Amino acid sequence: MTIDRTIASDDAANTPVAGSATKARMVGGIPVAWQRTAFFIAVVIAIALPFLVKNFTIFQLTTVMIYAIAILGLNLLTGYNGQFSLGHSTFIAIGAYTTAILMEFAGLSFYGTLPIAATICFAFGFLFGLPALRLESIYLALATFALAVATPQVLKLSPFEHWTGGVQGLLVFKPEAPFGLPLNSDQWMYFVTLAIGLGLAVCAVNLVNSRSGRAIKAIRDNPIAARAMGINISLYKTTTFGISAAYAGIAGSLSAVVVQFVAPDSFTFVLAIGLFVGLVVGGVGSITGALFGGLFLVFVPNIAEEVSKGLAGAVYGVILLLVIYLMPAGAVGLIRTAAMKLATRRR
Amino acid sequence: MDLFIHQVLAGLATGGIYACMALAIVMIYQAIHHLNFAQGEMAMFSTFIAWQLIEWGVPYWGAFFLTIVVSFIGGVVIERTVFKPLHNAPILAHIVAFIALFAIFNSVAGFIWDFTIKSFPTPFGQESLFGSGLMGAHDAGMIGVTLVLLVLLFLFFRNTRVGLSMRAAASNPDSARLVGVRVGWMIALGWGMAAAIGAVAGMMIAPVVFLEPNMMLAILIYGFAGAVVGGLTSPGGAVIGGFAVGIIENLAGTFIPVVGSELKLAIALALIVTVLMFKPTGLFGARIVTRV
Repeated sequence: MTIDRTIASDDAANTPVAGSATKARMVGGIPVAWQRTAFFIAVVIAIALPFLVKNFTIFQLTTVMIYAIAILGLNLLTGYNGQFSLGHSTFIAIGAYTTAILMEFAGLSFYGTLPIAATICFAFGFLFGLPALRLESIYLALATFALAVATPQVLKLSPFEHWTGGVQGLLVFKPEAPFGLPLNSDQWMYFVTLAIGLGLAVCAVNLVNSRSGRAIKAIRDNPIAARAMGINISLYKTTTFGISAAYAGIAGSLSAVVVQFVAPDSFTFVLAIGLFVGLVVGGVGSITGALFGGLFLVFVPNIAEEVSKGLAGAVYGVILLLVIYLMPAGAVGLIRTAAMKLATRRR
Repeated sequence: MDLFIHQVLAGLATGGIYACMALAIVMIYQAIHHLNFAQGEMAMFSTFIAWQLIEWGVPYWGAFFLTIVVSFIGGVVIERTVFKPLHNAPILAHIVAFIALFAIFNSVAGFIWDFTIKSFPTPFGQESLFGSGLMGAHDAGMIGVTLVLLVLLFLFFRNTRVGLSMRAAASNPDSARLVGVRVGWMIALGWGMAAAIGAVAGMMIAPVVFLEPNMMLAILIYGFAGAVVGGLTSPGGAVIGGFAVGIIENLAGTFIPVVGSELKLAIALALIVTVLMFKPTGLFGARIVTRV
């Protein structure tokens, strides 16, 4: 795993510029050295931040990363495989509840619940991917939206109340830093999330650039051609759905511990739509875009609220429209264009 | 059996609401081939305009038609200003734009008219029909209005030149442009009509659910369900779908013990998924064949 791939994995960036006049290695028109530098600076900042800011800001940044993980999952599904989902809040809910219930009733530690949550979400995603095979674009968006709307209602159902805590939800304990590390629990969870997030990003990059990743993208670009090349469309689509759901489930699992609480109304369709917005704002079909999407989801509503309390929703909407007009390819698209311009000028 | 008939009647009454909304959804789908997630909020906003006009002393029918005109213009303006620049943008950008519109309308309506529940007058009176108390005069009037709208739309698309141009623009923009149809304006017209139909739906629904900025959320989802069940390409199918959703929702709520009132919404959604599984284009939708 090399670092340049982490950053330059994005779709458009995958074609190295042939016959480049300069000696510097380029990926997607941007020198690899720049990408490495940017990555190292980002990691250094990410490690230094929790020692510099308030606990609440650490909590917000952890939330950003959790959103980013979920958006990354959604991106694998929508951006790379071309399947819509307005229902990823469901998988976040399943992940969060799996962790909460296992910690409450089975006495497992948080770290033990994580792989279980991921596996259960993978299974759910895979199974939901089966009916999704028959639905196209807007119909799939609608069916997944239906899933998102139904989720809080199902969680509130009385037959499950013993396990889910009904409307009240469940309390979850936040783990303390182990081995006597000099970190408070907010800082510890920040680093746990950072490590898991980085690991998942690496997995996503490797997946997207692998043989399977090319098959996944081929299905998005032209399903008929993909089938003619011998790609098992059904298997790839359902598996991608499962992987995407597993990412969302891990995000949900982390969020349960960070928020220390799960309740049905945290997982409404508003969350699902938020993830979708984050996906488009960050950059569809881009791994790094997920982080920008997460930043947008956490901080832009606050900014909107500061501009005007009464009209916060309207300000948010206007910002969203502006983002679509000014950055049609998302934040990553904008950065990439800027970097390419700079690189060309220096040549 | 008595209970069954009563529930079917009550289902027809609520189904009328969904049918109205489904019709508006299908209209805009015909024009732009996207589902407008902001449709409900647009209808809600129109209804608030009507409410304000009535508060200012305009008689009901005056306010009714004035609101339709204002909504039509509003729909055209939204298309020209917000969506025309996005014409070539991917579908994802469109959906985000709908979400943005949703947030803007909801927030502005709450800001101007606040979030308290308001009652909205009905032109049909409140007495009940058939002496059962289940189907009121307003419900019957609403169903009547929906059916009249449907007939008018049918005649418009079938017998007028503009209706033909709109169909051409939707089904094959390039060829339509070559024979002189102004495709861009046809799309704007579609938006205007959808906004106007949404306004009618809103004004018919408001006396039942009361007027407030969040009134349309559940109704929009049921409207989607109705539209999908009937088929997004068929206005008649959408109306039938809307009624079907209303009836099934009511019957399931009454006769399936676990469902009760909590899971009614989930039933509508299960219905969407089931119908889509077996007939991906809806019960009355046309199958779309694309050339590879």
